[in-house]
Amino acid sequence: MKILEVKNVTKRFGGLTAVNNVTFDLEEGEILGLIGPNGAGKTTLFNCINGVYPPTEGRIIFRGKDITGRPTYTMAHLGLSRTHQIVRPLNELTVLENVMVGACYGRENMGLNEARRTAQEVLEFVGMAERAEMLAGALNVAQKKRLEMARALAARPYLLLLDEVLAGLNTAEVTAMLDTIRRIREQGITIIMIEHIMHAVMNLSDRIIVLNYGSLIAEGTPEEVSQNPEVIEAYLGDPELAERLLEEEMA
Amino acid sequence: MKRLIRPGLLIPLAMILVLAVWPLLSGNPASAREAAFTLIMSMALAASLNIILGYTGYVSFGHIVFFGVGGYAGFWAITQLGWHILPAALLGGLVAAVIAWLLGLAVLRLRGAYFALATIGILEAMKALVINLDFLGGPVGMELHFSEYKRYGGPMQSLWMLYWAMVFMAILVVVVSYLIKTSKFGLGLMAIREDEDAAEVMGVITPRAKTWAYVLSAVFPGIIGVIFFFKNGNIEPDSAFRLHFSIEWIVMIMLGGAGTVLGPVLGGGLYQWLRKTLLTSPIFKDYQLVVAGVMLLLIVLFVPTGIIGWLRARSAKLRRVFE
Repeated sequence: MKILEVKNVTKRFGGLTAVNNVTFDLEEGEILGLIGPNGAGKTTLFNCINGVYPPTEGRIIFRGKDITGRPTYTMAHLGLSRTHQIVRPLNELTVLENVMVGACYGRENMGLNEARRTAQEVLEFVGMAERAEMLAGALNVAQKKRLEMARALAARPYLLLLDEVLAGLNTAEVTAMLDTIRRIREQGITIIMIEHIMHAVMNLSDRIIVLNYGSLIAEGTPEEVSQNPEVIEAYLGDPELAERLLEEEMA
Repeated sequence: MKRLIRPGLLIPLAMILVLAVWPLLSGNPASAREAAFTLIMSMALAASLNIILGYTGYVSFGHIVFFGVGGYAGFWAITQLGWHILPAALLGGLVAAVIAWLLGLAVLRLRGAYFALATIGILEAMKALVINLDFLGGPVGMELHFSEYKRYGGPMQSLWMLYWAMVFMAILVVVVSYLIKTSKFGLGLMAIREDEDAAEVMGVITPRAKTWAYVLSAVFPGIIGVIFFFKNGNIEPDSAFRLHFSIEWIVMIMLGGAGTVLGPVLGGGLYQWLRKTLLTSPIFKDYQLVVAGVMLLLIVLFVPTGIIGWLRARSAKLRRVFE
């Protein structure tokens, strides 16, 4: 079943076209990697999908329902959650309370007690249970990324948008986070992930789409995409150099 | 009910009750009652404003406008329509709530300093409007006939009745404020305070939550305004819409601790007690507002979370006691 259909989505800010006529589908249970150079419009596309701002043109169909231009809070109610590239913890609230907000106002619209139980479960799942009573502002970057994820998961989403959850993490933290993402997929949650760490996105994704200057330039399996000359050029300019670097990265 | 038997609620209620019965035990009940009335009113007002300012993070700078319009509505009903104080007080609350709702549609879209400035604008606009409304007495306002107090058993009984009405309001506001703080709705408000965009992405229906917070923070000052001006015996634009009282109101919250249940109660009481002490001191009597200003500055610079916020940050144990 198609969980998400993005149809000819364009977003313009004044004269700047940040996302240009992008179309793709997403099957339930899939992990879709969304890659592209800095400024390619990846986060803008996320913002259009989850209603932070409406697309200028095009339609977004989520689980068979046209959600184009609906306010962002309704997305959470419908089962579409996201994390932020630049973490946005609710600093003066505890970690547990942060996650409870996600549970309370998410798809299942839980009451406080149920939300507290769910939040504890989710914190356990992402490995943050022992920090539940800390203030969110006191966490380090890796923990804040996990908190973002926990909040999104507590909403019990069908579809999870992960915006660079690996950025800024060290190698060990990246490995741990990749494991967490795999376990999220095992729960049946569909994922779109924006990522710059190539080996991670290549390993995890079932399919990858590539944006450059707001346009979709390639789509396919990780192997197909990594050998696409247009993609390589978009990333690195010189195709031969790029190929060599990618090979090293893949090895 | 279990939710209500917690130190977080019982401590502020105990503070109000101890203060409330103090005039009965004091040697000069009438004078003690007047002092306690001012303190308890400040506690109630500070706790109301705290709902939008402390929980939701919207600094309503001209919040006194709801005290003023509520007071005017109730006073008008009492003097012109001959209403009893009880329905008049409810009318005051209702008018304040409706105005907050309407204004909220417009100004709650603004954030930070823009919102604060807009609320000052509203206050000044409302004052100018009332000055030009003849049926509300224009610039001179309205007065109460002394005979009005007969209905309640004479002036002495009226004063005590109004005193207990104020105590009741303070208790009501604190209970409501505590229930909000410990509810799902309150969690949503605090999420808005910390990061409105993130709250919205997490599914908090921010326009609705903010409007409710604004309305709830306005309804109690509206009722309290009726009680205050009825006791006062007259109402005029300058006393109903006094900006510097609005600012003192914010100082009270900042002093006690914004966003806590106990903070505004403690801050309201402490500030008024300090003000009274300063007003009766020969050196400081002309400078009490200067002291308030300096105090706000010092709090913002050194203890921005206020007394209770500071204590809560010390340990998890204190966080369980002080809500």
